Amino acid sequence: MKKFWALFFFFWPVVAIWSCWVAPARGWWFPTEAMSPLGERIDGLFYLILGIVTVVFIGTQFALGYVLWQSAVKGDDEKAEFSHGSHSLELIWTVVPSFVLVFIALYQMDVWAEFRVQSFYPNQTQEDGPRLELTARQFEWRVRYPEPGTELKNQPQPGDLYAVNEMHVATGRPVKFNLRTDDVQHAFFAPELRVKQDAVAGLIIPVWFEIPKAGDYDVVCAELCGWGHYKMRATIVAEPQRQVDEYLSNLQSEQNFDGVVTVDDEDE
Amino acid sequence: MATVSPAIESHSDDHAQGHDHHEIGFIQKYVFSTDHKVIGVQFLATTLIMLMAGGALALAVRWQLAFPWQTMPIVGKLFAGEGGQISPEFYTMLFTMHASVMIFLVIIPILAGAFGNFLIPLQIGADDMAFPVLNMLSYWFMWPAMFFFFASFVVGGVTAGPAAGWTSYPLLSALTAAAPGSGAAQTYWLLGLTFVGVSSMMGSINYMTTIINMRAPGMTLFRMPLTIWSMFITAILQAFALPVLTAAGFMLLADRTMGTCFFVPAGIIVNNAAPTVGGGQPLLWQHLFWFYSHPAVYIMLLPAMGMVSDMLSCMCRKPVFGYKPMVYSMSAIAGLGFIVWGHHMFTSGMNPALGMTFMTSTMMIALPSAIKTFNWIGTIWGGNVRFNSVMLNCSGFVAMFIVGGLSGIFMAAVPVDIYFHDTYFIVAHFHYVLFGSTLFGVFAAITFWFPKMFGRMMNDTVAKWHFVLSFIGFNGAFFPMHLLGIVGMPRRYADPYLHPYLEHLLPMNQFITCSAILMGFAQILLLGNFAYSIFFGKKCGRNPWGANGLEWSAPSPPGHGNFDVPPVCYRGPYEYSSPEAEALGQDFILQTEPPPDMKKTAETESAEATA
Repeated sequence: MKKFWALFFFFWPVVAIWSCWVAPARGWWFPTEAMSPLGERIDGLFYLILGIVTVVFIGTQFALGYVLWQSAVKGDDEKAEFSHGSHSLELIWTVVPSFVLVFIALYQMDVWAEFRVQSFYPNQTQEDGPRLELTARQFEWRVRYPEPGTELKNQPQPGDLYAVNEMHVATGRPVKFNLRTDDVQHAFFAPELRVKQDAVAGLIIPVWFEIPKAGDYDVVCAELCGWGHYKMRATIVAEPQRQVDEYLSNLQSEQNFDGVVTVDDEDE
Repeated sequence: MATVSPAIESHSDDHAQGHDHHEIGFIQKYVFSTDHKVIGVQFLATTLIMLMAGGALALAVRWQLAFPWQTMPIVGKLFAGEGGQISPEFYTMLFTMHASVMIFLVIIPILAGAFGNFLIPLQIGADDMAFPVLNMLSYWFMWPAMFFFFASFVVGGVTAGPAAGWTSYPLLSALTAAAPGSGAAQTYWLLGLTFVGVSSMMGSINYMTTIINMRAPGMTLFRMPLTIWSMFITAILQAFALPVLTAAGFMLLADRTMGTCFFVPAGIIVNNAAPTVGGGQPLLWQHLFWFYSHPAVYIMLLPAMGMVSDMLSCMCRKPVFGYKPMVYSMSAIAGLGFIVWGHHMFTSGMNPALGMTFMTSTMMIALPSAIKTFNWIGTIWGGNVRFNSVMLNCSGFVAMFIVGGLSGIFMAAVPVDIYFHDTYFIVAHFHYVLFGSTLFGVFAAITFWFPKMFGRMMNDTVAKWHFVLSFIGFNGAFFPMHLLGIVGMPRRYADPYLHPYLEHLLPMNQFITCSAILMGFAQILLLGNFAYSIFFGKKCGRNPWGANGLEWSAPSPPGHGNFDVPPVCYRGPYEYSSPEAEALGQDFILQTEPPPDMKKTAETESAEATA
């Protein structure tokens, strides 16, 4: 029975090794690839940590299973070892993990800076300025574009164009937008782009991402915002700049439509 | 009669005591008792009942995730008016109350309240707490807290309740219009939180004073069992972190009821209500809340770490590996615990430079946890392990703590946290720490100190079954949650399958729910074993485990005043299998056992003390 219990605790590292073996082949992790360059770097960090953690996990769980096993095969009358510890071992397992942890911390500073520190944002976003304003509210996403040819202002302008739950952005270049909320706290989460940013009442937060490939990308809300939290679904439509311009001019004519329909002569 | 009430049995030892003893009435003895042991057992019983309540709420949450919008079995009849299914409003209330109950009414009081109360005087050789009446009040302040939490859940009908999550971020929690149905409920919730805080505060002052002032002669700081160290450090954490939360709670209460604007910016229109006035800042709440609630994570973990160190050492018949590094690690965790709160706020919009600081301090706090883990494995290494349910639960604690600790590294890394924040990866992580570690530690501690509480043993076979079923159910429920998080499934979604990229996760969620139900039903074994053993368990002597601590030199259960003679401590708590013990022909040596050359003087002294 003793041996059974020792084996019981071997179970975890075995499952871990098995899943490390099987998972990549079956594509179990990250079913969608990161669709942005920054997302790819975040994934890279994830896999780096996953590697380190897997080694440590298997190592410590095996050590736990091993010390239990060692004792399980021992006779009942055998004495336990009388030891209060080992200074050198303590030193080793203090110094080695601290180096690993400091390495992990320092290694990813620049990804974080690029994602969030405005002075490290790509130059293009500084030149372009924010392309649109995304306002979260219970329970939808409202998009405000500046009038084509003008810059986005924090205060709504008469020529601004509005859309709901659909934001059109250009592919192949970093796009910056302003994130705000009308009411409670929400969070902009685009899983495929690995971007997440809370929208906080009273703050205007600039967020950027870059999408190389045209397509539709999900946006969900990641901060509890009320009963309809799960329903806040929007789409990022990434397409070449030309099509974005086309979309905006359609939106503009739609919005400027005054309701007067000119009737064609042929119908009479 | 004596077999029916365990506490009456403690009278059998009364005649052996050198203390003044006067008869007290039933109410004073068992209900409004100032005896730390009775208060400890009261805390334990209350929190175990709350554990079941919190578990039931979790199962309701799991039901919705596995079988969305389907009529709930059995309990669905309670709200048949709404179709017997969980509405999205009700869902937010369910997970809010699950977390609130589990954190404020189970984990914190079961560690500090139940085990802290029961063990501190016994393990340091005191006859009671420094402030017994304060101690009694700290238990009875739990009742208004429970009352308010439950009132918040029923005040507006069956499906009304606080709906802002246990973190209660404003504005959702500050503006009544933001969450319909949570009007009075959220206010009651805040009142409940305040009472829990007052209760913890009274406990923490008491524990610090008792540990500093009331140690038995010879019980130096570095002869204290690690349980006492952990309780001491926890009490310090509570004393310094809790006032911040209490203050924040009052500020939020004022925002809700008195029209102040601590957390509410101007011009916000929620749900077509009138625009708000005033220039508050919702991020302020997050800072204040996490300034308490991150140290609270360690309040919910450190005592379990301390108790597991004690139990592992006893069950392996071997001293704790690296006693002082263990103490220093716990102190380091406590110190660093105060400067890592921002890692809950990486995506919140606070200054990004702060994110880097918090990332570094968070990485550093992983270090003492790693040292502790290695020391636990070192403790088992070369031991003569007794594979009973205590040992299994302790090993389960270590194994699960490794998982919970390592998954924390992902979130400590800010760029990776951008993706994982508020997904199921987080849910998996903190359940591995709070359930996987703390609760397995608690299960072990219940079995281990049960004989001292009631003078009887718990059934080991049933306890082993309880462990195995809980362990399998637990891992089945929470390990797949890592994968849900990696796919990007956000927390607190009443219906994640609305989003095409999450549709394929339904079978995995159903598996998780089945495992959770298994885990839930396994707890019946614990409760049954607990209740049965109080009355019919095998009777035991003073020291059934052959342990070293002072508590094992007292009668089981100890009478009023705890010890026959005031104990004197002569050695450290973990001298298992030491040469001196072997000289006595045993593998343990009680802390009260004087060294051979002092034995004679000690005997005369204790004879004088009894006389």
